[in-house]
Amino acid sequence: MSSLLSVKDMSINFDTPRGSLEAVRGVDIEIPAGMSVGIVGESGSGKTVMCRAAMGLLQGSNVKRSGTVVFDGHELTAMTKEQVRDLFGSGMAMIFQDPMTALNPVRRIGSQLSEGLRLRLGMSKADALARSKELLELVRIPNAAAVMKSFPYQLSGGMRQRVMIAIAIACNPKLLFADEPTTALDVTVQAQILQLLRELREDLKMSMVLVTHDLGVVAGNTDYVAVMYAGEIVEYAPTTKLFADMRMPYTKALLESIPKIDHKSGTRLDVIEGRLPNPTDRGAGCSFAPRCKFAKEKCHEEHPELKRDPDGHLYRCWFPIGEAL
Amino acid sequence: MAGSGTAHLRNTVDAVLTARDLTVEFRISKDKIVKAVSGLSFDVIKGETLAIVGESGCGKTTLARAVLQLPPPNSGEVVFDGTDLTQLPKENLRSARTSMQMIFQDPISSLDPRMTVHQLIDEPLEIWDRGTRAERDERINTLLNNVGLEPELVLNRRSYEFSGGQCQRISIARALALDPRMLICDEPVSALDVSIQAQILNLLQDMKDRFGLTMIFISHDLAVVKAVSNRVMVMYLGKICEVAAPEVLYAKPAHHYTKALLNSVPIADPTRQRATELLQGEPPSPMNPPSGCRFRTRCAAASALCADQEPQLREVTPGQFVACHHPVA
Repeated sequence: MSSLLSVKDMSINFDTPRGSLEAVRGVDIEIPAGMSVGIVGESGSGKTVMCRAAMGLLQGSNVKRSGTVVFDGHELTAMTKEQVRDLFGSGMAMIFQDPMTALNPVRRIGSQLSEGLRLRLGMSKADALARSKELLELVRIPNAAAVMKSFPYQLSGGMRQRVMIAIAIACNPKLLFADEPTTALDVTVQAQILQLLRELREDLKMSMVLVTHDLGVVAGNTDYVAVMYAGEIVEYAPTTKLFADMRMPYTKALLESIPKIDHKSGTRLDVIEGRLPNPTDRGAGCSFAPRCKFAKEKCHEEHPELKRDPDGHLYRCWFPIGEAL
Repeated sequence: MAGSGTAHLRNTVDAVLTARDLTVEFRISKDKIVKAVSGLSFDVIKGETLAIVGESGCGKTTLARAVLQLPPPNSGEVVFDGTDLTQLPKENLRSARTSMQMIFQDPISSLDPRMTVHQLIDEPLEIWDRGTRAERDERINTLLNNVGLEPELVLNRRSYEFSGGQCQRISIARALALDPRMLICDEPVSALDVSIQAQILNLLQDMKDRFGLTMIFISHDLAVVKAVSNRVMVMYLGKICEVAAPEVLYAKPAHHYTKALLNSVPIADPTRQRATELLQGEPPSPMNPPSGCRFRTRCAAASALCADQEPQLREVTPGQFVACHHPVA
């Protein structure tokens, strides 16, 4: 299976007044063409930084990057900012978490939507506007003609996220990064947006990276899942495999902390006590050890490497679930 | 959802709060009125957690604020501990409010960034003159310990130095400072990660058990609500759709809207079949709500009757009240 995006040994460090902050540590990930890969983790686990770096969006002088990113035959890490930018729109596109602030508040939807079409596909203004209207219909916005003339503040959160999706898919990208696309939305609207993304992916043969903190969202919408913790990938497997046979205690704990609709009411939730470790000082052992119910001495002292099961299931744990101790 | 009516009120002496026929409207221009809450009644019994569930814009927050008279409802009565808050003079209302406290959705922006944690929790105690300086400091330490924060480490820090989950713990400590009888939580965990969300939900549950609190818990997420509530009230466009105990409501929703909400909850199991019938579109504008049942424009079971007549709440199974002409079989 060919990969559309391949990230090798990526590390991202930010220089901060409190020292070097290791946001991403030695991440390897492949996004197979046509597949959807979920990236799951808590706030601060490095999901968003990893995606932005994979898109070549982190360029500041306080950022130290290492590793390689190859997208569709282009080595992004060896290209200039301008060269990478040429891949946006028709190669990669992104939708962001907060549909309220991602759109320009003082430009009409039609003008924001047609911009990419004119720039990237060289369409005339009239063609771009006509296509924009079709795109709004494609993302199931009722009364598209009126929405074209609206400003973002006149639309609801769900509508704005649909507009963001329309902008992202306007130039038929091969890969869509969706960074917490439904976190700011109601459950009903979330279900609609996820359904829309599934359908669009099928119709446009698009690959997707779905970043979320909710394993429930990942379950029905991805082919593979990577779980991140403290800047590292701690488990990676096909989605059905991961849910059927979790190896990493962190993934299991994350799943158990979700309130479920078939829980008995009034029961206490299983929680992961504590918080993510300080990103400027990761310590020697397994990053999850201080919060792990099964941690032993070795976990606090030695950092586990990624292990690979014969079926390709990856996990970073000295004492994985289901293994005789 | 039309759901006017009072069939679901329990009329018992144990009711801490009874709201009758509450209406809240906002005039936004000469001829435009937002009908946020329309003729809604509910009660909360001592020690109970009532969950209020619905989409953005259904009037959940407005309803909770109307209970606290922030602002007072346009009509209706709010009886808290035997007193109608809508009739109270301002000064009496202020002291009545000490026994009903609110926790807000955004934990970071609901705390004053210039105040230290000590000042934040001391403020209500100082205003109401609860004890000497030393007694108040003692009380602040106890409160922080109760919510799982280490007083020495946090007292002199400000809200921006904390994560969302920690800020929510501080808000809870502040809300508990005056020993309230009732806690109104407005989407207290919506802005938090799942792992932190579970910690805060457990904490709220502990505080409730420990201090015998009565709670109103507002959320758009039915899964969250199930974990904490004794009674669930589903709202749509300012009206009640359904009221029932969670065991009944989740197992056999009687209202089509409740069923749709349940179908939208993501299930963390890729082998489970996803519901294909999703609720389409968004709620109509509360400035111009549909006639009859307000949900009819998005309801698959709607008939001509639904447009003509507003359904009244009625009991379909013991303890389960629904406002629908054609309840789910």
